[in-house]
Amino acid sequence: MATLRDIKNRIKAVQNTQKITKAMKMVAASKLKKVQTRMLDLRPYADKMRDVLISLAKGADREAHPLLAYRARKTVEVVVVTSDRGLCGAFNTNILKSAQTCIDDYKKQGFEVSVSTVGKKALAYFKRRNVSLRNSWTDISGSVRFINAEEIANNIKENYIEETFDEVIVVYNAFKSMVAQTVTLAKLLPLAPIEEGEEGSAPESEAADFIYEPSMEAIFDRLIPRNVDIQIYRSLLESSAAEEAARMSAMENATRSCNEMVDKLTLQYNKARQASITGELMDIVGGVEALKE
Amino acid sequence: MAEKLTLDIVTPYGHVFTDEVDEVVAAGTEGEFGVLPDHVAFLTTLKIGMLTFRKGSETGYIFVNWGYAEVGPDKVTILADSAERAEEIDVERSKEAMKRAEERLKQAEKFDGARATASIERAASRIYIAGQK
Repeated sequence: MATLRDIKNRIKAVQNTQKITKAMKMVAASKLKKVQTRMLDLRPYADKMRDVLISLAKGADREAHPLLAYRARKTVEVVVVTSDRGLCGAFNTNILKSAQTCIDDYKKQGFEVSVSTVGKKALAYFKRRNVSLRNSWTDISGSVRFINAEEIANNIKENYIEETFDEVIVVYNAFKSMVAQTVTLAKLLPLAPIEEGEEGSAPESEAADFIYEPSMEAIFDRLIPRNVDIQIYRSLLESSAAEEAARMSAMENATRSCNEMVDKLTLQYNKARQASITGELMDIVGGVEALKE
Repeated sequence: MAEKLTLDIVTPYGHVFTDEVDEVVAAGTEGEFGVLPDHVAFLTTLKIGMLTFRKGSETGYIFVNWGYAEVGPDKVTILADSAERAEEIDVERSKEAMKRAEERLKQAEKFDGARATASIERAASRIYIAGQK
C-alpha cells in the first residue's frame, strides 16, 4: 500500500508532466500557424505550375528535356519525408509504414530501390533496414526554407539526369486538417500526364500546339527544374504543417490523460488519508475505553 | 467563342489576382505582348515589368517579377516569382532598395553586380507602376 507521501509525490510528478505537455501544445500551435499560412499560399502556385507543365508535356516531345524523358524503369528512388523530433503521435510511424510497403512492392516487381530520407526519424529507421540508403537530409522540418528544397531538388535532378534512377516517388504527410494527415505518395519524375480519375481537374484546353517564346527549349530549361524545386518545397511544407498538427493533438491527448491521472491519484490520496484518520480515531477510542475500566 | 479572359496570377506567396478581364498586356522576355480573348495557345517567360489589364472601362496595373505566362483562348495564367498590385506597392521601401543597390553597384568588387542591377530594375519598375494608379 502506497503511503500518503508516495501518492503526493506522484501527483506532483504528473502535474509537472502536464505543464510540459501543455506548453508543447502551445508551441506546436504557434509553429503550425506560421507554416500553415506559407503552405496555403504556396498551394495554388504549385498546383498551377503542375497544370501548366502537364498540358505542355502532352504536346511536347518527351526527348525535349532530360527531366521529361521516359526511360525503361530499372531503379526507383523513394524519398521519405519525416520529422526530426518525435512526440507527434503516429505521424512518423504512418509514413514509415507506407514507405516500407511501397518499397517492398517495387522490389517484388523486380525493380531496384534506392531511398533518400528527410528528417532524423526516417534516417534512423532506414539505417537499420535492408535498403540502399542513397542520401539523407536532417534538421529541416523545424524551419523549412526554400534553400532546403532547392538543395534536395538539385541532388535529385542531377542523379535523374545521370540515370542513377529512372523514377522518383516522394512519400510525405499531407496536411488535411487540424486533426487529419494523409500519407501521400507523389510521383515527382518523370512528369506524368494526369490519369483519369485522379484528384485535381484535368486542364480544360486539349493538348494545344503552343507557341513558345523565346523557344521551347529555353522555357523547358527553366520551367521543368523549377517545378521539381517547387514540388519538393511543397511536400516539405506540407509535412512540416502536418507534423505540428499531429504534435498538437498528441500533446492535447497527453494533457487530458494527465488530468485523469491527477484526479485518480487525488481520490486515492484522500481515501488513504481518511483511512489513516479512522485508524487513529479507533486507537484513541480504544485507549479511552481501556482507561475507563 | 470566349468573350472574357480569366486572368490568374499566382506566386509562391499566394494568389495575387483572379478575375475576368477583357484584355491583358504583359512584358515578355521577347517584348511586350497583348492578349485578347481567343488568343492562340502561347507560352512565354516574363521579365521584370508591368502587367496591364483592362476590365470594361477600368484599367489595372500589376508589378510582375520574372515568371511564366500561359495563354489560352479564355485564360491567362501567370506564374510569377513575386507580384504586387499597383496599390499594394511600398514605394518607400522600393526607394530604399534602389539606394542600397546603387551603393553596391559602386563597390562592384565587393558585391554581385548582376544582382544589384536586377534589384535596381525591380525597384524602378515598382516605383513606376505605383505611379500609374
